[in-house]
Parts: sequence; structure tokens; C-alpha cells
Amino acid sequence: MSGTFTGNQGLRIEEPLIFELDSPGQSAVDLPEPPAVENRLGAAERTEPIGLPGLTEPEVVRHYLRISQKNYAIDAGLYPLGSCTMKHNPRLNEKMARHAGLADLHPLQPQSTVQGALELMDFCAEWLTTLTGMPGIALSPAAGAHGELCGLMTIRAALEDRGDARERVLVPESAHGTNPASAHMCGYKVESIPADDRGRVDVAAMIDRLDDKVAAIMITNPNTCGLFENYIVRIADAVHDAGGFVYCDGANFNAIVGRVRPGDLGIDSMHLNLHKTFSTPHGGGGPGSGPVVLSEALAPFAPVPYVVRDGDGFRLVEHIGDSDNKPYGRMKGFHGQFGVFVRALSYMLSMGSDGLRQASSDAVLNANYLKSRLEDLLSVSFDGPCMHEVLFDDRFLKDTDVTTLDFAKAMIDEGFHPMTMYFPLVVHGALLMEPTETESKAALDQYADMVRSLAERAKAGEAEMFKEAPKLTPRRRLDETSAARNPVLRWADRSEGS
Amino acid sequence: MRYLPLTDADRQAMLAEIGVAAIEDLYKDVPADALLDAPVDLPSHKGEWEVERIIGDLAAKNLGASSVPSFIGAGNYRHHIPASADHLIQRSEFLTSYTPYQPEVSQGTLQALFEFQTQVSLITGMEVANASLYDGATACAEAAMMACRVTKRSKMILSGGLHPHYIDVTATNAKYLDLNVINAGVDPNRDEPAHLAGLVDEETACVIIQNPDLFGRVRDLSALADACHEAGALLVVIVNEIVSLGALKSPGEMGADIVAAEGQSLGNGLSFGGPHLGLLATKEKFLRQMPGRLAGETTDVDGKRGWVLTLSTREQHIRREKATSNICTNSGLCALAFSIHLALLGETGFTKLARLNNANAVLLADKLDAISGVEVINDTFFNEFTVRLSKPAEPVIETLAANRILGGVPLSRFYPKNDAVTDLCLVTATELTREEDMDALSSALSEALA
Amino acid sequence: MAEVKFTDQHEWLLIDGDVAKVGITDYAQEQLGDVVFVELPQPGTEFNQGDEAAVVESVKAAAEVYAPVTGEIVEANNGLEDDPAVINSDAQGEGWFFTIKMSDAGELETLMDEAGYKDFIAGLD
Repeated sequence: MSGTFTGNQGLRIEEPLIFELDSPGQSAVDLPEPPAVENRLGAAERTEPIGLPGLTEPEVVRHYLRISQKNYAIDAGLYPLGSCTMKHNPRLNEKMARHAGLADLHPLQPQSTVQGALELMDFCAEWLTTLTGMPGIALSPAAGAHGELCGLMTIRAALEDRGDARERVLVPESAHGTNPASAHMCGYKVESIPADDRGRVDVAAMIDRLDDKVAAIMITNPNTCGLFENYIVRIADAVHDAGGFVYCDGANFNAIVGRVRPGDLGIDSMHLNLHKTFSTPHGGGGPGSGPVVLSEALAPFAPVPYVVRDGDGFRLVEHIGDSDNKPYGRMKGFHGQFGVFVRALSYMLSMGSDGLRQASSDAVLNANYLKSRLEDLLSVSFDGPCMHEVLFDDRFLKDTDVTTLDFAKAMIDEGFHPMTMYFPLVVHGALLMEPTETESKAALDQYADMVRSLAERAKAGEAEMFKEAPKLTPRRRLDETSAARNPVLRWADRSEGS
Repeated sequence: MRYLPLTDADRQAMLAEIGVAAIEDLYKDVPADALLDAPVDLPSHKGEWEVERIIGDLAAKNLGASSVPSFIGAGNYRHHIPASADHLIQRSEFLTSYTPYQPEVSQGTLQALFEFQTQVSLITGMEVANASLYDGATACAEAAMMACRVTKRSKMILSGGLHPHYIDVTATNAKYLDLNVINAGVDPNRDEPAHLAGLVDEETACVIIQNPDLFGRVRDLSALADACHEAGALLVVIVNEIVSLGALKSPGEMGADIVAAEGQSLGNGLSFGGPHLGLLATKEKFLRQMPGRLAGETTDVDGKRGWVLTLSTREQHIRREKATSNICTNSGLCALAFSIHLALLGETGFTKLARLNNANAVLLADKLDAISGVEVINDTFFNEFTVRLSKPAEPVIETLAANRILGGVPLSRFYPKNDAVTDLCLVTATELTREEDMDALSSALSEALA
Repeated sequence: MAEVKFTDQHEWLLIDGDVAKVGITDYAQEQLGDVVFVELPQPGTEFNQGDEAAVVESVKAAAEVYAPVTGEIVEANNGLEDDPAVINSDAQGEGWFFTIKMSDAGELETLMDEAGYKDFIAGLD
């Protein structure tokens, strides 16, 4: 199809795997000769080669540049992935994280030598607890799912502390898959609560399931349909009356940061995604950070380590036996995603309380604007204003032979990353769009016009165009079936004579 | 504000298009008394240089390990990261992209992950590796739970020579599940593999052992692997200094069934302990019980080679409560940094780097052993070893720190109540350790122990 | 004459004496998409009616296959492990999962016949 000798297409260059670029003996790192001493490796010394390829610096740089050009990114364009909050990643964050005296600190240095780092963690904690109106916090979880597990474990620890571990956790049908997975990892059975026809948790159904064996409800608010759970206080009260706790999945905090405090809604523990609401970069799949804010009842059970004020300075409490509280254990090695804290703090200081409040408003405004620009052509799943993301379903594609997947693939040719598809599961063929506040009106209009044109083309019967999309990307649709039937998960030397 | 493109004119126009008078109308579902009418009580926005000054002031209160002689390891290691590695991971397309759910626009990330998985398989000597977990400690916990699923048994035996954080994290993860965690207890004098082999029985899901261990000792684990396999148990090998694999027999060669490791040493700086990089590698027959993401090779409709995330039915977004793990976001960019660094090193660079680390540690150990009041207790080590001092180690380390030398990690940092380790200290050398650093440590130690 | 029954979990049974051959229906395979993997029970394993007996995975979904009757597994269709695509192409024939020796043939009364199943799936969409 490309018609060129190389297979390249202008600036888009085909690039093999590093293993296929091997120049045996080459290295891009100049190292001195090791001093001639007897090694101390005993019987475990390596005798076999590893099989890593050798390259020099120009080859390595070229390799990664070329493959990077095959990625879409926030810096390239609007990235409307619902519940992911693909907002701009400020470069100041990167500069701060690399600061000498932060980037080069070893976690096990004597605490007297890292007082600034402990203060930074405390400062970050203060911002997060103040924004959420919650008194306690566990900073160590490494990502949202990890935070969910931590939040549930504090709940279980609190329940066991009063001799009543209970058995079940209620999880809405619309919840992200990490929610039931986390509950399961905490030893709880999961019971699913249906959504009502307004896209919210069916409160009556939920209350019906409440008994003295329910440890907690896991609720996402705003929820995965992009809607605020307006009965949250009633839900929280009912759960508390039954002796349980309310865990909130805070992935969608971007809609309400600076405008609503989860502590005012009766929430007991809630994870935050610093790599969503607080602008730290997604990096192709992490690293993230999932600190968990905690109510008065749960704060004593936060895991180690945590920072406390100690006279004029700060102290890291690392051992359960050293704690004045009742930590349930430890979530990860060392102290948490410190490099991510620095980035998040840099963002929070830059935005300030006023900026964060404006950000959430603009996020909600942008999503509602998209909704109003698209609702005549696409099928909005639920009536009323949405929060920071808007949910459509595939009713508008009925009788067109175009699926949500096909629609998404056509967006790719138009130069956009598709929205989240097929999630949440409570509607058919979901299309969940979250523009975030860092998109201009012009960018939103361009995106909306593009979606409109695709919807019109689908309704006009151009199914074939959609089925063949994408056509303009370095790779077109890939065979996921054979990737799963015959997994090839590493390069193997399949050349002659190997 | 520099990150908010909407102007007031835009906002007005958009509100009009939506058909509401004010932004508060869009928040009508929030209970009225929970909707704040003013910003939260925190400072307002700041320009870049103000932020830099605040954060710079916090940084100035710390003693950076790159600015003084530094001998601290114990699970995080100070290595040289080539300039091009940090430069490449800051490319927008890597830094600001998301999980590769739409493979047609994520071939960069997917190809890099496939290369990463291959590199991890090669250095660990295992058949397959995943696309990363959070860190070594959580990878250890995931490996333990995976072993329980594979063997359908619930007893896990943890070596006392594991990094204490790894023990704690594994125990915490198992806490509310019906699993039996046996901690064999810390003992720097014991033949650990032989001891653990004696504990394995028909109820054991796995034995988890670290190599090099907490004290830096290096062992051949083949006999332990055999003992495990005879009882139908799995051997899980932990590596928390990944550079050691350049000089040591791979865990796969020694009979490991699962390898869980910390990859921080390559591509990822210290950063006060995070974010780091969990590695997980295993045998193909256990593939379906493996947690985390996997990039797999395939072809597109034009027959061209490409990559996709695969075997997703193990994961939370499909399997929900029956998933192998709840993990979603992992350590993508850290994995990329690792992969680039290892690509830059190559076979000769990686193995040479490892030999250089060991040689520097040998020089350092000999120098320290010659000091009165210092005894190196290891017969074997890679780049980290344990010294016994004639006084409690922690105050000595504090004295050294006050003199701008980061001398090592006293074992009492991990085991504050264990008298048997009060005089023990872990000391590390890497390729960055110079002779003058070793001399500085020597004289400071001599003085502190006089 | 072999009897055919269906469950509301989209399994079919082909009954021959006290042994039932069990698979998933054509409707189920269509919902799943391309099947990539199956996990089959071991011969000799005993299940109660409704226990999870097997797992079938496609690219985008995973589904449990439940024992439609109480009994002991006689044989598993191991060929499916190498060629799971048969489940898509011939779900109600070569795509059978396992055979089970029933301990209580009375349980069959609770299941649907072919006409009943057709009505059932018509009501689903």
C-alpha cells in the first residue's frame, strides 16, 4: 500500500526491534575497565551469555524517536478518554521532580538528612486533606487500584478492631473493574447493585441489601456515567446506620475539586489519582499515585509509613510497633511515589485554590458544552447536566451497521484518540467522553464538528468507511484474536541457523 | 491561569449554548449545603518562579546522595543513568500518552513494552515477563499470590533474608485472605537455602528467597529449587538489585518458577523511594495466572507486524472480582526508562557494569575490613555487603551523616528491636563509587569507632 | 433417541442414558466473540448443579460455564485447548466441553427444551 522502497511514508518511519539492530560487542555506555580483583560471587557466577543486543547512542536515540512518533499523546491533541482525565501535563512538574536534593535522595538516608523531603510529603498531604475535607491520609499507594485496596483495608481493619469483620461489599454495576477486584483482594464477597434509569445507584435496591454483614459500599462519585450521585448523603447515612463504611472511588474528582469536599458527603475513605486530577503524566501506563484520604474513624488504621510532625521537624513512622495508631500493615516498598508527589505539589501550588476551583468548573463546562453540541445527533444516555464527562450509547448507530468500535476507529483517521468505549457496562456500546479543562473552545468545536460529521456519515449509510478504519495510521486494525490464541510475548531469534 | 485556555467570553458563550445562566446550574445535583461558595482555604495560584522557589527551598533542606560520598543500598541503588535515557522518556509521545488501549495509535508504547518484556525475560532467564508492576515489594506479593493460585495451596514460606519491606507488603496483601504466611525469621548466620528446603512440605505453595539477600550474600539456589519441585511447590526468586543479573546466574537457570524484582537500578533514579519498577517473570505454563499487562505480537489487516495488549481476560476490567490482580495503571514510563538504559548498555555494557560494581565492592570491603572495629561478615556479595561494627551501627551512621557521608543502612533501621543486628550495617558500592569516596568512608569510620 | 436440553446460562446438554454432553450455545459463542482459550474440568471431578465447571475466554470477555446437572466428569474435550475456534464454528457440535455422568436425572426437568430456549433468547435482546 505504501508504494515506497523502504516501506516508510515521509516522516513516518518503520523501525524494527532493538534485537534486530544488534551489533554484537557494541555499547552506548563507556565504562572503565573493572579493577582486577577476585570476584566474590561464589558458585552463582554467570557463565552463560544473556542475549541482549548491542547498540550505540545514535542508533538508540533514533530507535526510540522513530517509535515514539507512532503514539498519540495529550501534547498532540484532545484525548477524550472518559474517567482518565487526560489534562495537560505541565513541564514545570518534570523540572521540579528532577531537582537536586529531591531526585537524588535515597529513602533510607538518616531522617535528619531528608527533612525537606518529609516536609514536602506533609505539605502535599495538607493540600489533599484540605481539598477533600478529610482529616487523615495514606500517601503510600502507588496508583488508584492500589488506593482502593488500601481504603478497603482500613475499613476492614477498623471493623476487625471492633470485632466485627463482616462479609460483603456492595459495588455498583457501573463501577470500574478495579473496585470488585480490590474488594476480593480484601477477602470480601462482592455484591452488585444495579443502576436506576437515571444512571445513578438504585438507592432503594442498595438499602434493601444493607445488613449487619455489609462492610462497605464502594461508590464512585461523580460516577462512571459522568453523573453526580445526588443521594450520596442518604446512601452514606444508611450505610453508617447499618454499621458499615463508605468507600469512594475518587477517579472523577476533577469534576468537583475545589467545589465539593468528599468529607462533607459522609465518605470514609477515598482514593485520589494524582495522575488524573493532579496533572502528573500518564507515561503510557504509569507511574501513578493513589493516596487515600480518611475519615476520623479510619485515620488510625492508615498503613505505614507516614509522616508526623516532630517538634520543629518531621519524622517518618516506618514500623507498626512505632506507631501511636493501629496501622494495618504496609502497602509498598519505601515511602510512596515521591517523584509523583513533587509533580502534584508543583501543580497544586501553580493552580492554587482558586485555579483548582476554576479547573473543575471548566472541566464540567467543557463536558456539558460537548453534550449540547452533540446531543441532537448522538444518543445521550441520561438526562440532565453531566459532570466532567458525558456518556453516550450506541442507539444512534442503530440500523447503520456501524458499531461503537467502528466509530472509534474512524475518529483515529480524523486525528483524534477515541473516547472510552464499552465502559461503563450499564449502557450498550458506551461512548464516554471527558475533554478536561485544558482544552480551548476552539479545540472542543473542532472535535465536536468532527464527531458530528462522523455521526452523519454513519447515518448516511457509509458503514464500509467505518469498517475499514483506520486507514491512515502506521498500523491498521490488529488481529487481537490470534494475539490471544497464540501469544507471542517476547522476541525470539527466528533467523536462519539460529 | 496558564493551564486554562477558556476565556470569560468563551465561558459565557458556552453557558448560553448549553442553555444555563451560570456554572452553578450544572452542579445542581450536588446537595446545596455541600457545594462550596468560595475557594478552599489554601494559597491561590502562583507563577513558575514562585513555585520553583518554594520547592527549591524544600530541596535545599536535604542532603542529596549525589553530592556526597554515598554507600546506601538496601533495595534502591545509585547508578549512573545515561543522559539520552532521561531525554528520551521526556518525549511528549511517551510522557503524555496513556495506556495503549487503541493499538493503532500506540505502537510506540506497545513496541517498547514488547522489547521490555523480552529484556526482562532474558536477564531473569525466564520464558515470559509482564509489562511491569508498581515496585519490587508489590511484585513479591503478587508472585506469592500467583503461586497460591497456580498450586491451589495456601502456605507461603518467606526467607528471613528478604528485604523487610517485601516481607511486610507480602504479609499485608495476604492478611485478609485465607493464606498462611510463614516468616522464616532473619538470621545472618544461617545457610538459608538449606534451611528453607527443610521447611517445604506438600502444603507449601511457594518458597520466596532473595538473591543477593538482605545481607548481600549470593547463593546458588538450584538445590532449593529441586526441593520445592519435589514437593510440588514453586520457587519464587526476588532480585532487588537488577544489575546483579549481569554477573550472576539467572534465577531461571537456577530453577526459579517466578521471578519478582525491583528494576529501579536501571533508568530510574532514587527519587526518595518512588516511583520505581516492579518486574515479574515466569514460565509460559503459568502465563494465565500472571497479573499485570502483557504486550503481544500480531499482524494488522495489511499483514504488517504490530503489537497489542493481550490476554486481557486475566485483568480487572474484564474479570472484575475474579481477576488475577486489581492492577490497572502500573509503571509504564519507568519500564521505558529501564528498557532504554538496558538498550544503551547492551550485552557487553550490562555485564561489564555488573563486574565493575562487584569489583568496586570488593575493593571497598577489603579497605573496610582492614579497619579496627569493622568486620565484613560476607563470604559472597555482589555490590552490597554487611559489616559488623564494634559499636551500635545507627549512631555511627548518624555521625557520618553529620560529616556529610552517607555511610550505609544500619540493620536496626529495619529491625529496631532486634539486638542481634544492632551492630550490623549494609554498605554498597556501585560504578559511581570512587577511590576518594572509599577513603573518606574509611577514615570517617575509623574515627567514629576509635 | 438423544434428548437435548438448555440452561438459562446458555449451555446445551445432549443426553444419552445417564451421561450428558455439555457445551455452550451458538447464541453464547456469538456474544463472546472469537474464543481464545478454554479451561476444562478434569475427568473424575464432581460438581453440584450450578457449580463453575469450566471457563471460556474470548478477546474481550470471560465467562464461566456451569455444571448444568450434578454429577461426575467423564471426559473433557481436550482438543479445544489447541483449537478453541471450534467453539465459534461448531458450538453445538464439535465444540462440546465435557461429558458428565448425572447423579440425579430429575434435575433435567428444571431445564428448557429447544423451543423454550429459543423463546428465552428472543426475550433477551
